[in-house]
Amino acid sequence: MNYLPNTPKDREEMLKTIGVKSIEELFSDIPPALRFKGDMKLPAALSESEVAKLMRELAAKNTAQDFATFIGAGAYDHYVPAVVRHVLGRSEFYTAYTPYQPEVSQAVLQSIFEYQTMICELTGMDAANASMYDGASAAAESVTIASGLTRRKTALVSRSVHPETRGVTETYAKGHDITVKEVPFENGVTSVKELEKMLSGDVACVVIQQPNFFGNIEPVDEISSKVQAAGATLIVQVNPMSLGVLRPPAEYGAEIVVGEGQVFGNPMAFGGPFLGILAVKNKYLRRMPGRLVGETTDNRGQRGFVLTLQTREQHIRRERATSNICSNEALNALAATVYLSWLGKEGIKELAEHCVAKAHYLADAISGLKGYELAWKTPFFNEFAVKCPVDPEKIVKSLVEKKILAGYPLGRTYPELKDHLLIAVTEKRTKKEMDDLLAGLEGLA
Amino acid sequence: MRRLEPLIFEISKPGRKAYSLPALEVEKKPMSEYLPAGELRTTPAELPEVSEVDVVRHFTRLSQLNHGVDIGFYPLGSCTMKYNPKINEEAANLPGFTDIHPYAPEETVQGALQLMYELQEYLAEIAGMDKVSLQPAAGAHGELTGIHIIRAYHKSRNEAARTKILIPDSAHGTNPASGVLAGFQTVQIPSDSRGGVDIEALEKVMDETVAGLMLTNPNTLGLFDENIEKIQEIVHKKGGLLYYDGANANAIMGIARPGDMGFDVLHFNLHKTFSTPHGGGGPGSGPVAVKKELAQFLPVPVVEFDGQKYYLNYDVPNTVGRMKSFYGNFLVMVKAYAYIRSLGPDGLREASQDAVLNANYILRRILEYYDLPYDRHCKHEFVVSPQRIKKETGCHTMDISKRLLDYGVHPPTNYFPLIVDEAIMVEPTETESKETLDYFADALIAIAKEAYSNPEMLHKAPHTTVVGRLDEAGAAKNPRIRWQKGM
Repeated sequence: MNYLPNTPKDREEMLKTIGVKSIEELFSDIPPALRFKGDMKLPAALSESEVAKLMRELAAKNTAQDFATFIGAGAYDHYVPAVVRHVLGRSEFYTAYTPYQPEVSQAVLQSIFEYQTMICELTGMDAANASMYDGASAAAESVTIASGLTRRKTALVSRSVHPETRGVTETYAKGHDITVKEVPFENGVTSVKELEKMLSGDVACVVIQQPNFFGNIEPVDEISSKVQAAGATLIVQVNPMSLGVLRPPAEYGAEIVVGEGQVFGNPMAFGGPFLGILAVKNKYLRRMPGRLVGETTDNRGQRGFVLTLQTREQHIRRERATSNICSNEALNALAATVYLSWLGKEGIKELAEHCVAKAHYLADAISGLKGYELAWKTPFFNEFAVKCPVDPEKIVKSLVEKKILAGYPLGRTYPELKDHLLIAVTEKRTKKEMDDLLAGLEGLA
Repeated sequence: MRRLEPLIFEISKPGRKAYSLPALEVEKKPMSEYLPAGELRTTPAELPEVSEVDVVRHFTRLSQLNHGVDIGFYPLGSCTMKYNPKINEEAANLPGFTDIHPYAPEETVQGALQLMYELQEYLAEIAGMDKVSLQPAAGAHGELTGIHIIRAYHKSRNEAARTKILIPDSAHGTNPASGVLAGFQTVQIPSDSRGGVDIEALEKVMDETVAGLMLTNPNTLGLFDENIEKIQEIVHKKGGLLYYDGANANAIMGIARPGDMGFDVLHFNLHKTFSTPHGGGGPGSGPVAVKKELAQFLPVPVVEFDGQKYYLNYDVPNTVGRMKSFYGNFLVMVKAYAYIRSLGPDGLREASQDAVLNANYILRRILEYYDLPYDRHCKHEFVVSPQRIKKETGCHTMDISKRLLDYGVHPPTNYFPLIVDEAIMVEPTETESKETLDYFADALIAIAKEAYSNPEMLHKAPHTTVVGRLDEAGAAKNPRIRWQKGM
């Protein structure tokens, strides 16, 4: 299959119009030594039905899709309603590109405007952009924003922030000569005492996660007052689903909010494509990376939407742009918009409450198992760490046979927590699945 | 009938619901018994309250206000808006791909890892490179990754004094932005009279303070740089590396390979060349390919095969680190994989051939009215300028583009590259028929004639779209970037 509509006769006529004898002639400016000779070593072409079969077979080599997933750690198994897939399947959305021509792009533009509004509502921020690649790159770029505004060159990132967010932040920081320092945790949350010691006059920002990587609720008021006193920017990475029950970060002084928007209508998809949420208070607006949609009017007096404040962006500003981002995760942002419309004002609260109640049921039950205990007594949202009597890697491996993905062994990224398993519960987990996990854990103790 | 659609918030009605949740089955206490009372939300977020029918109608009606490849021609230069095969979408919606957690044990995701591993191999072969990372989420993200790799390479050789990246003046805006984001100073290289890199200027600035050159070939004028052998020699001789911006790779599949041209690092845009759709702006995918000496710097993890099973390798000695969480935009990779398997090696080459044929055909059809800054055969895209039209009628590229909307065609890229006045950059792609190309060429000619007979018609265009020309300056002056209750 190659999807080419030109017939041999078409090609002949076209060559005649161009004034060349062969297609080959159109490539005559490529130095002969550089012409690729022979065949690329790739599998031969397949018909559509063969491709369909091949892809089904590859998908069937995976088994994790049929398991009860208690792994969270940055990607969560929430239900994706049919309406989301239905809308995303409309090719008016998915076969368009960045809305450079607003007159024929109102669908993409208006849906982004709605998305921006929803994110502002959830976070309490003044402005949200049209999306970043994922939560980690959003956090990394927010550090750049803060450093640019404060003209300071140190970023403090809590060790209770997702290890991959910390990793990406460090990579990005290298390009800006920003030093990233890690704030230790204590009792499963950022150590305020250590943070205070580290807050020097060169600290541009402090990055925390709420709930943090362990699922725990950070002492945000205390952290915030220290950060503000030091004249630094508080950057909070949220699990946006938690904002159904937790207060918006603006209420405790966050000035930049980032987050992994996968939870809003995007499947786990082996880690991508996800959705980077980035929202800021007004004073950071013109330093924001990425696309931003604004309302305007047309020459007939009607409301319409356009890309705005584009002088921040690479296609206008080139080397002086706030970021290099061009393609973003627009379709994932659309998924979030449809999902949040479906869930609505009541639904997000109720769903978040279900996650909390189910997670606490499971946590209570696990802490009643012989040999297992909760790592900390700190309040948590829908994810918690359990200290295990056996190697968590062994637990995970054993329970694969029971079609259970038991959790994320924290020792992979936290050597100091090598006997700890991180367990997440979404609204999809049934009591039976949780009880099966309990039985499995009990059997391994 | 298409018409403007209210905002979803404007059709909200208190108490209306679309959602349903699975049975709770466990006890639910007041939230304050689980969480600190002070951390609880007291004012609900103002999300819409609508029915499922409302959701479906709202987004369906809204969708009708958009142009996409499935609706009509979309010759947006440097974006490769080719047809997106539907089987690829179906494949990416298989639960075996969508419903797998990235931290699921490797033995439960062997299909996904195999797909990624094989895609790495395919892309390396198409590029003429040795090793691939699929982690970058988009083209610009690939550029940033690649430039970080170049930086790490020089650092490993104790050549940290290389602080500059050279970039031709015809380059995509992402190039200089990526260079700066990776910590370099960018130096612009002028183009010569044939639209390529000015060799003399390059020789003058290329020294031991330069880390590398970023080049798109064919470049944004759609022209293959005939001096590429010389260019790579100049850069390499002084210890620099060559970066290939793969945004225009649709011109060269199976015809010439960046690795053979002397490039050391490149990115591909899977959403362009490999036909995974553009999604209204994303998600994309920007895999990076390198020569073997640079494999030690790739971001972690890379997918490997030990002869028995596929696994994630985090042990890359001098890795630049992490560019993104998890492994990249996996579902986009699924689509690119299906595309490469459908076309095979011959199909990919034929796609590039027809992409080039189609571009040259349109180019030669419109030259009576539009000016060609560099009179050469183009590759997959070309740039013309309506200079005569502008001078004689006062109509600009903007007017011509907006008028094209009335013909049901998405306009080409406008005012880019910057080195051509009033640039119109056309990339038809291989999946368009001669009839479509003729329709477009005829439309451009008709509009040129209208510019002389009725310039107002162009100034006020578009006339047939649901919204008219929008006030972008006004939007920027007084930014309204969210809806507010009572607005």
